[in-house]
Amino acid sequence: MSLGQVEINFAYVVSTALFIFGLKMLSSPATARRGNMLSGVGMLLAIVVTLLAAGIAYHWVFLGILVGSVAGLIGAYRVKMTAMPEMVALFNGFGGLASMLLSWSEYHQVQQLSTFIALVTVLSVFIGSITFTGSMVAWGKLSGKISQKPVIFQGQHLINAAAFALALLAALFFILSPAPPLGYLVFLAVLLVALAIGVTSTIPIGGADMPVVISLLNSYSGLAACAAGFVVSNNILIVAGALVGASGIILTRIMCKAMNRSLANVLFSGFGKAIAKDAGGEGPKGEVRPASAEDVFYILEAADSVAFVPGYGLAVAQAQHVVRELGDILEANGTEVAYAIHPVAGRMPGHMNVLLAEANVSYDQLVEMDDINPRMDSVDVCVVIGANDVVNPAAVHEQGSPIYGMPIIETYRAKTVIVMKRSMNPGFAGIENALFYEENTRMFFGDAKASIQALIAEFKSVNA
Amino acid sequence: MTAVFLTFIFVLSIFLGFEVISKVPSTLHTPLMSGSNAISGITLIGALASLQTSYHGLTVFLAFLAVVFATINVTGGYAVTDRMLAMFKKKDRGDAA
Repeated sequence: MSLGQVEINFAYVVSTALFIFGLKMLSSPATARRGNMLSGVGMLLAIVVTLLAAGIAYHWVFLGILVGSVAGLIGAYRVKMTAMPEMVALFNGFGGLASMLLSWSEYHQVQQLSTFIALVTVLSVFIGSITFTGSMVAWGKLSGKISQKPVIFQGQHLINAAAFALALLAALFFILSPAPPLGYLVFLAVLLVALAIGVTSTIPIGGADMPVVISLLNSYSGLAACAAGFVVSNNILIVAGALVGASGIILTRIMCKAMNRSLANVLFSGFGKAIAKDAGGEGPKGEVRPASAEDVFYILEAADSVAFVPGYGLAVAQAQHVVRELGDILEANGTEVAYAIHPVAGRMPGHMNVLLAEANVSYDQLVEMDDINPRMDSVDVCVVIGANDVVNPAAVHEQGSPIYGMPIIETYRAKTVIVMKRSMNPGFAGIENALFYEENTRMFFGDAKASIQALIAEFKSVNA
Repeated sequence: MTAVFLTFIFVLSIFLGFEVISKVPSTLHTPLMSGSNAISGITLIGALASLQTSYHGLTVFLAFLAVVFATINVTGGYAVTDRMLAMFKKKDRGDAA
């Protein structure tokens, strides 16, 4: 049996509706999982009806799907939750690559293109290539294969601008005369330059700015699919691609807002380095008050309410399970426990939430910044675990500070703050943290996981 | 005319995307990202339709690679999102402990 184009496209309408319902259901943790499955069913339906068309080369199709599925599933089930950001980056890159390859394949087959098709072809190859190499660099940075520090060199902006201008010119030429052989050469030139731009534009961005970059690349991968949809005149690619594009843009905006920086600033400033120089002046003064596991135990034991504030350090130390264990002990002790999460804590949007969910923390205990701050005065103890810039009071008090104006979790207003940290080294932004010198702060030095295990041992020895 | 029609659909979809997704809470941002990432593997549909028996050579090779990478994106994306969302549970307080 083979289906005609009309039947296939009607089935695509159903798939699209399933995608939209699926995304809609992602807005509550209670329905999110079913939403994702619904969206998966939509995808499966679209794949099946596409294969019912006449003239498909089935041996290639099944080989391709087999290889891709095995690779995808192995990756998805092997990955650790702490490594989720790089996994998402990798999958995202493959999506961009696929759109680029599809448009290239179409061009290779047809070659005589109308101006409009030439435009969308070159657009999809351009965005797809940038998405691919950009995501690969993000993947390398997140997995520690290349340095997380911003890589900056002299004349970087100039080189990027020149490459961009070159790509733009070549693209323009291609749109006007896409016919081979010259058109084909120009086409390949655009492709190569775009691959290079993906690398040079992502490499200067530091580790803590990754939530923004991943969101943006996510948006690009949708737009690349969208452009590819124009190339092959396929509605479902356009609709689904646009949905993803919009979602990525929304996330990008939320991340930028949570850092009080513009997108341009994140992309072009090489934040970490630029600031370390300026911050040389007056640091916060005062005395650091170190605390032992026993001191911290007594503070926590007496507390009525405790808020844990996790940061990237929690992921590095793999401390999510022990934090939950400590949280459970505190709850059994009659303490109210919450987990206060900054929108940009970690290396991707919502990173901390996923880690704590993995450790079986109930999602109604995961509190957003805007919900915890108004009631911070009534919190007895804030336990900061591997977070730094997102709790730095300089963002509220010091107008000269580079992070001034960034919304933070206002832990300094809690009655007592316990900061778990390996050393006094400043965080990503290279700024000293006045919180560490506050009178109500106790510094609990050491590896987060070992520190928390020591606390759990203290509780157990008393209860035993 | 096709160009106009497709652009029409594109613009409406962008608006729809903004409407639907702006309501996702920050707790679910990672699953949203990986779930929407799986949807961006929709390129697979275009790639499948391009693997025609009448095509040969580089066209088929490129479309085949597109199928492979898009499939990784789709299956991996959905599977990993499902794994994450399965972890988001609400505990019954009081009964436990």
